[in-house]
Parts: sequence; C-alpha cells; structure tokens
Amino acid sequence: MTALRNIAAIVEKEWRHYFGSPIAWVALFVWTMLFGIFFYFAFTIFIEQSMRVSQQGMEFGGGMKLSLNEYLIRPIFHNMAVVVLFVAPMLTMRLFAEEKRQGTIELLSTAPLTDAEIVIGKFLAAAALYALMIASGLINVGLLYLYAPSPPEWRPLVTGALALFLLGGCFLAMGTFVSTLTRNQIVAGILSFCLFLGIWTLGWAEDPMAGPVMTAVAYLGVTTHMEDMVKGVLDLKDVVFYLTFIGFGLFLAHQSVESQRWRA
Amino acid sequence: MIEVENLTKRYGRHTAVDAVSFRVEKGEILGFLGPNGAGKTTTMRILTCYLPPSDGTARVAGYDVFKSPLEVKRRVGYIPETPPLYPDMSVTEFLGFCAKIKGVGKKERRAKIDDVIAKTRVGDVRDTLIGKLSKGYRQRVGLAQAILNNPDVLILDEPTAGLDPKQIIETRELIKGLGGEHTIVLSTHILPEVEMTCGRVVIINKGRVVAEDTPQNLTRRLRGAGALRLEVRGDEASVSAAVRAVPGVLQVKARAIPDGLLALEVEAEAGRDVRADLAHAVVTKGFALLGLQQVGMSLEEIFLHLTTTDRAEEPAASSTEVTA
Repeated sequence: MTALRNIAAIVEKEWRHYFGSPIAWVALFVWTMLFGIFFYFAFTIFIEQSMRVSQQGMEFGGGMKLSLNEYLIRPIFHNMAVVVLFVAPMLTMRLFAEEKRQGTIELLSTAPLTDAEIVIGKFLAAAALYALMIASGLINVGLLYLYAPSPPEWRPLVTGALALFLLGGCFLAMGTFVSTLTRNQIVAGILSFCLFLGIWTLGWAEDPMAGPVMTAVAYLGVTTHMEDMVKGVLDLKDVVFYLTFIGFGLFLAHQSVESQRWRA
Repeated sequence: MIEVENLTKRYGRHTAVDAVSFRVEKGEILGFLGPNGAGKTTTMRILTCYLPPSDGTARVAGYDVFKSPLEVKRRVGYIPETPPLYPDMSVTEFLGFCAKIKGVGKKERRAKIDDVIAKTRVGDVRDTLIGKLSKGYRQRVGLAQAILNNPDVLILDEPTAGLDPKQIIETRELIKGLGGEHTIVLSTHILPEVEMTCGRVVIINKGRVVAEDTPQNLTRRLRGAGALRLEVRGDEASVSAAVRAVPGVLQVKARAIPDGLLALEVEAEAGRDVRADLAHAVVTKGFALLGLQQVGMSLEEIFLHLTTTDRAEEPAASSTEVTA
C-alpha cells in the first residue's frame, strides 16, 4: 500500500517535470507530427493503390479491396518504431542524471522510500507519457473508423499499438538504467541512443540460413518480436520477451542506484 | 536518541571517518565542528542512511541505520549542504511532494504544509518557483522540508553556509526554536554559531573525534593553556629573556606597539598560574609593567589548536584530557 502510494508520488512528480519543462511538449509534438505525416503519406499511397487495384479488378471482373490494416496501419507502426529510437532517450535521459546533478537524489534517498520504488516510479512516469503519445497518434487511425467505407480490423490495431508500447518500454527501461550512470543528461541521452541503436541492429542478424548463434542474437533484437504482433497475432512468447527485457532494464537500474551508495 | 559507535567509512584506501563515537540525548542540540573535509558530511550521510558505514554502528531513535534504514528515515529530517530542491516546482508543490514521500497522511497534509510554511516563514513565496528564490529562502524551504513529518531527529549540514549575516541570525533563531522538540545535530565550521546554538560540541578532524564537551567547558578547560598578554616598557631582547626565565612559561612572542611599548604574548603551561611570578620578574628587572591580562582561549583558538596539522600529536593528548 505504502509502496503504491510512494510510486504514485514519484510518477506525479516526474509528470510535473515533464510538463513543467519543454520535454513532454516537444516529445508529444514530434511524435504526433511524424505520426500525422506518415499517416498522410501512407494514406495517399493507399488510395492510389486501391484505385489501381480496383481498375485492374474491373478489367478482370472481380472487385478487389486492399486491407487498411495491411497497407496503411502496419507501415505506420513500423515507421513509428523507428521514431521511438529517437524519442525514448528524450524521455529517460533526465530521470536520474538530473537528480544527481541537482543533488535531489539525496532527498529521495533519505526519504522513507526504497530504491525499487524510485526506479519503478520513474520508469512508469516515462511509460505513461509514452502511452499518451501513442494514444494521441492513434487519433489519426480513429478517423478511419469515422470515414472509411470499410473500417480497419481492431485486433491488429490493438496488438500493433501494444507492440509499439512494449518496444518503447524496453528502450525506456534501458534508458532509465543509462540515466543512473551519469550526472549529465546529455551524456545519458547520447549513450541511451547508441545503446538502443545497438539493440535495434541485433534484429538485422535475422536470416533463415544463419547458424544458431546468429539466430540467438537476432532473437534478442527488440524489433523481431514486433512482426507478429503488428500483424495481429498475439504470441505469449513475444510479450514475455518484452516484459523480461523491461524487467532486466529496471533490475540493472536498481542495482546501479544501490551500488552507487556503496561506492559514493 | 543517537548512538554512534566506532563508525568508520573508507573510500578505497582513504578513511574519511575513523572510529567516531558519540551520543546525542533527546532534545539536545549537538554541534558538529571541523574543518572542511574532516568527515562531517560523511558522518551525517551515514546517520541519514544515504551512505552505508564501512564499520561500526549508528543507531537513531533505537534503529540501526544499516539494518532498518526505512525506520530511521521516517524519524530523521535532513538538509544536505545544498538543500535538495526542484527548481521547476513551486514551494507548495515541492512540500506537497515531500509530504507524500515522507508518508504524511492525506488529511493532515494541508495543515502540515501550512504549519511548516509558517514556522520557516516562507509564506510570502509559497507559490513562487523554487528556481527563482534567493539562497536564504531556499535554505528555509530545505528546512521546511526537513521538519514536515515532525521527525525526532534533525540533521543539518552547514545550515547557514552562504547566507548573509541577517539570514544567518534568523536561521540560528529558527534552529534554536526547534531544539527541545527535536534532537538536532548541526555541522558547521563557523565557531560562533556553535557557541550560540549548541548545548554540546563534537570537534572532528581528519575523521577522528578530537574533543567533545559543552562550548563553555571546552573554553574553560583549555584556558590553562591560554595566553597572557603583557604590556611592558623596555627593550625587546632583555624583556623577552626575563619573561622566558619565569618557570612555567612555554613560549613568548614580543612585538613593538606605539608609544615605545612592547606587547608580549605569553603561553604558559596548562593549569599553572604564572601571573604573579611574571609581574615580579618584570618589575624586579627594572622594566615598567603597564598591563597584564589573561586572554581566554576562544573556541576559535581551541579549534585551531585541536585541528591544525602541525600539532597532530597534541590534539590527541588534549582530547583525552578534555573528555576524561
């Protein structure tokens, strides 16, 4: 009970920082703008293609329809996954670095809070802001339900959004950890970005002809686990992978915060 | 209220705090005195569970800082040297957050915050962003934060550092007012502060306790080793020689002052009154004795006496005498 109350207090405080500074607004702005741009282009291409397909369909008799999920929403999710790479460091870089620079970490560490509560509170604050970003981006997709003659299926949409959220969650957990390592938030931001990029490229090792080592490496790539979910297939092993990854990141952050007391 | 036994903190090979022991009773104000880098902050950080000790134990309100840190943290209010504040929050927002993490109940939160705002007199800036506050106000907001959950123990690391004289006096009054209700440990390297606010002083140097007593006792006990000041008319060499010949005199420093007079600083053996012999010696040698005055060692001199490096051996000896 007290743990939940403490975590809630940390989350609320972090949101004050996010929205009291330009960070949250810039992140929301960049995210929704890119989401809108991608949506616009994907939509234009989709319409062009549907026209072409329906023309061809007329020539050959049968009327064929392109799936909105497959040709519009899925590419957007893939694009936004790349944007996460850039936005996640913005959300996590100051979490601990700023507290250390300001000396306020001493306030948190001498208050009756556990290190776990601090780490989880900070991560959840970032994750909640990220969830808000995804939700505001999905407003674009919501328009399809209002105006499209045959609305997209909701299931791949939900699992896709979940995949995007979990993918970002991995980055946010790792970013939280990186932020505990330095008192300079710029350094934390750059290091996080490099780390995310590294994790990202692991997925490129995926190749059906590759040996067991490369397969294992590819398995660690966070993007490989998105594929099925974006298609609407919710596989437990993907979800478990992401949750384990997040848990591992938070564990590292916790160990780092705790060990710094022994060394400091 | 606070029991510290053989507390030791090592950073690699460097020992910041070396087997420090002291006790603080309930309602007492203890001054923690020492030059910069003596280990004051480290000791305080251990008492507030910010750092774990390398060796020894510290108990606050009956709880061990290492074994039950959460219990200790609930009972301790702490202001580090630079008060930890969020510049992007207003004073009330900040205190609201502190109240939450310190476990102040929802119902009493408003009243508590208003109470500490009144106590620390920050009411006129309560809605100002902390980043825009002056140093004095920040220090007071730091103090407000520390007393929010009405802790049994208050630990203040240099609470008056960097304030202007008026703010220093105000802060001291505030601390004095908090004593009795709270047990207070305050560190400082400003000596008058200790004389004015503290009931007891622990002097620490290079991580070791070199003296522990009331400020008055410290001054009195070490007065024997204090200086005498003489004003004599005569030539420097012969006067000095005459004075030096008096049994019990350890050191003589002479310098010329206006009107052809000499001022002599005489340091005598501890506990030995050499005034009569001195006067006799000067007068019988035919010099005019115009003044003889006992200069009590101020806390400042005691402090220097105990902590200066070139007398590394002496403080240990005098500390046994003082604490005995």
